Amino acid sequence: MNATLRTGMLATTLAVAMAGVGYASVPLYRMFCQVTGFGGTTQKAIGGSAPGAVGSQTMSVRFDANHSPSLPWKFHQEVNREIVKVGEQEIAFFIAKNLSDKPVSGTASFNVTPNQAGKYFTKIQCFCFTKQTLQPGQQVRMPVVFYVDPAILKDPAARDVEEITLSYTFYPVDEAKNQS
Amino acid sequence: MTTVAATHDHAHDHHDADHHPGFFARWFMSTNHKDIGTLYLIFAILAGIIGGAISGMMRAELAQPGIQYLTTWAAMVEGEGASIDQAYHLWNVLITAHGLIMVFFMVMPALIGGFGNWFIPIMIGAPDMAFPRMNNVSFWLLVPAFILLLGSAFVPGGTGLGAGTGWTVYAPLSTYGSQGPAVDMAIFSLHLAGASSIMGAINFITTIFNMRAPGMTLHKMPLFVWSVLVTAFLLLLALPVLAAAITMLLTDRNFGTTFFDPAGGGDPVLYQHLFWFFGHPEVYIMILPGFGIVSQIISTFSKKPIFGYLGMAYAMVAIGVVGFVVWAHHMFTTGLDVNTKMYFTAATMVIAVPTGIKIFSWIATMWGGSIRFTVPMVWSLGFIFMFTVGGVTGVVLANGGVDNYMHDTYYVVAHFHYVLSLGAVFSLFAGFTYWFAKMSGRHLNEFLGHLHFWVFFLGVNIIFFPMHFLGLQGMPRRYPDYPDAFAYWNEIASIGYAIMASSMVIFFVNIAYAFLAGRKAEGNYWGEGATTLEWTLSSPPPFHQFETLPKID
Repeated sequence: MNATLRTGMLATTLAVAMAGVGYASVPLYRMFCQVTGFGGTTQKAIGGSAPGAVGSQTMSVRFDANHSPSLPWKFHQEVNREIVKVGEQEIAFFIAKNLSDKPVSGTASFNVTPNQAGKYFTKIQCFCFTKQTLQPGQQVRMPVVFYVDPAILKDPAARDVEEITLSYTFYPVDEAKNQS
Repeated sequence: MTTVAATHDHAHDHHDADHHPGFFARWFMSTNHKDIGTLYLIFAILAGIIGGAISGMMRAELAQPGIQYLTTWAAMVEGEGASIDQAYHLWNVLITAHGLIMVFFMVMPALIGGFGNWFIPIMIGAPDMAFPRMNNVSFWLLVPAFILLLGSAFVPGGTGLGAGTGWTVYAPLSTYGSQGPAVDMAIFSLHLAGASSIMGAINFITTIFNMRAPGMTLHKMPLFVWSVLVTAFLLLLALPVLAAAITMLLTDRNFGTTFFDPAGGGDPVLYQHLFWFFGHPEVYIMILPGFGIVSQIISTFSKKPIFGYLGMAYAMVAIGVVGFVVWAHHMFTTGLDVNTKMYFTAATMVIAVPTGIKIFSWIATMWGGSIRFTVPMVWSLGFIFMFTVGGVTGVVLANGGVDNYMHDTYYVVAHFHYVLSLGAVFSLFAGFTYWFAKMSGRHLNEFLGHLHFWVFFLGVNIIFFPMHFLGLQGMPRRYPDYPDAFAYWNEIASIGYAIMASSMVIFFVNIAYAFLAGRKAEGNYWGEGATTLEWTLSSPPPFHQFETLPKID
């Protein structure tokens, strides 16, 4: 291979590699969000336990429930707002009802605002971890078990947070099938 | 090597280096870098006329508050009874087309494809590009790309005909927000234009690294060659990421993937990250070759070598490198946390340092020089002046906090038109008037050239300077209508457009004059000061140059 062809091949390889980087950014971005809580991504601690309340610091947690228009459900939070002790394990309920006459599955996407609280909002158990299937007309009460990590009180970017909003949006699992 | 052998054969076959193939073979199957460069320039001029006409439609509509023409135009494309929403959609199609055409089909083909192809091989003393046939493919991919983009305006794209997504093609507007084939066609168009540019970049890199004449070391290359080398690397690193992002858009639209759809665990903000990872280097892709051209011209007409040559070359490298790590300054309002904003603010401002090195080195080159105010020189001086204005507003916008207020206002429009419409385009005209006689063998008229410059200079400043005021008062981009409070400066901006458009008439008259009655150009018509290799050749250069490689000492 002469020098010209070699340079050409190297340059081509570089271009192809960058296209690969473009695609690799999808899982990398997800990992980045999960690790850093970027964009209000919450933390998971399945089977873990809360550290327990530290002092008398409290935090207001608001709950918000939405669903895609293509999902024939009714979905809402049981209480709008709860005052929790920082570090203490809490449980909140959301209520979903299938309004259609056939079984429908959905999954919930979630995040918290303000964004910088995502790193400190830890879920121990959540209906959003798995797919939920509701039979025709079935109504369920779905729990989320969470705590607010006391480390939030030490983060200069997040320690002035007094209220965290936890928001869920339910989407149909197979949108194409449900729309028909 | 092979070059020597080829030269030997040629000497026996035909003594005339100017022998060239018939019309069809020469222009449609061309592998000659000069002919391909000419094709690129013609293409860019045609695309520029279309893109410029679209901006004329926008300035006409924006001249007064309320909707004057948009509904009529919508009725023309959509048929009678077009709804007001279809008229608004047409507006989105216009801004999208203007942006995409000017970026991908005017500035890039002219600066990189046109001047790059014409003068990179000559400036490094090479007979042609490294891969002449791939060069042909690069150009001819642009044509179907452009046809696809223009064609997308006539097929459904959601609310009305055409792709109305903005040049950024943000999801979800570009996914489930725009049903119909128009956006698919626009995406394909970007794929083809991207493939064309990537191939061009591979060609330039290979040519510059392997085909320099004996003695032409990297640190002796003219700055225009340096600028295209850096640009080619930016293209190679940035465009594939855009290709990946818009391919994901395409599969999200048509094949049920959910890269950018939260319903399936995707995130629309990821698209913005990918787009701007390409989009920010893209703005340097558009300006760096302009830097190179201006460096050649300032040096020529100051009769001095460029001040701080190495600093100038590595300033471009630095701009290219840092340009890859500042992309989120386009996304300050997407909910980045304070630390991220601080980083992107600081990193963005760092780019002002190498850019400042360039500005001051140009000024230092002129300092004490024997300056001639020829047409290309006044374009270059205009470039330095206007680009600096755009750079200063860029430093303002770089502040994450300030940008919360300025984001998507006309202040941003003013900023990027000062660096592109008054920066990159000034450098285009500078290069065009500098090299026109070299490329065609005919001189442009000096008086018409100066007249074009002054009318254009006035026109574009009257268009874009008032946009700073409009933006500071909070007028948002991308709307066809606005409250009465913004009427005054909008009317003035539209008058500026008319002035600018009339200057383009002068430009085309001047080209016609050159071809019909222009003085024949000698080899080095700029005389002392024009030291790069293209001035050692005749004007126009022979069909094949440097059959014996020049030696640089």
